[in-house]
Amino acid sequence: MTEDQWITPEMRARIGEETPPYAFDIEKGDLLRFAESTGETNPIYVDEVAARASRYGGLIAAPTFLITMRILEARLLELDRPLPNSVDGGTVWTYHEPIRPGDRITARARLADLYEKDGRFGRMLFQVVEIRYENQFGQPVVTQRDTGIYYP
Amino acid sequence: MDFASLAVGDALPSLPLQPEYMDLVVYAGTSRDYFIIHHDRDAARAARLPDVIIQGSLKAGWLGRVVTGPLGEQGVLRELGVQYRGVDVPDRAVTARGVLRAREDGPGETVLSFDLWLENDEGARTVVGSAVVALPARTAGS
Repeated sequence: MTEDQWITPEMRARIGEETPPYAFDIEKGDLLRFAESTGETNPIYVDEVAARASRYGGLIAAPTFLITMRILEARLLELDRPLPNSVDGGTVWTYHEPIRPGDRITARARLADLYEKDGRFGRMLFQVVEIRYENQFGQPVVTQRDTGIYYP
Repeated sequence: MDFASLAVGDALPSLPLQPEYMDLVVYAGTSRDYFIIHHDRDAARAARLPDVIIQGSLKAGWLGRVVTGPLGEQGVLRELGVQYRGVDVPDRAVTARGVLRAREDGPGETVLSFDLWLENDEGARTVVGSAVVALPARTAGS
């Protein structure tokens, strides 16, 4: 096993830690502006009239919309890292139920993993956060797994 | 495009993009990600980046569009995953692409798994990803 350069025993002990629930409301304008900013063309994300005639009966959130909440969630899991720079390593979204305007979504973020790898910027720290979102009916809507990369 | 007739190896229509600096600024607002390396050129260079870099999640959105655009209402997106492999900067063309990797025809639905990627103007894959789509089984006469 390679010696960890950045991960302290204190950081490692926090793996599995979950944030308190964080709730937020889904507003139609936010959904539309977000979908427009990624160039979505599917009417279920950008055209209310067409979306109303769809299987969903109205607008739903674009697939990557919940990224808009990640900044808040990640803050709750801020670790004391000695690394000033970071890049986004990737995300996997799993969809359970559509997100609609007027929904109240509750998110819980969990520090899923920490590991180190050598890369372009030397020894880098990878932080995996899993966020589970559910709606006001208690239905899981999306599970999101984010990998953040930190480097000196 | 008829998703139900796709065979493994079939490509989805590619999505050519010409990202501009202002696209990143607009997306910073809609995504509420105000991280400075996406909108401040000096700060990005101080972080040893070539320029402001395109938000990873914006590139993820483009990969998603390769599927959700032609999919329309034929089925539902079950999963979208991305890994960021390289940086992209404004004023450099990129193309989002997708190919059917696997197809599973079950009794109630057909599940399609796609490989997705974003390619820069040198052909390098700066994002790789995947998507899973479920199509309802066709009923007689439809």
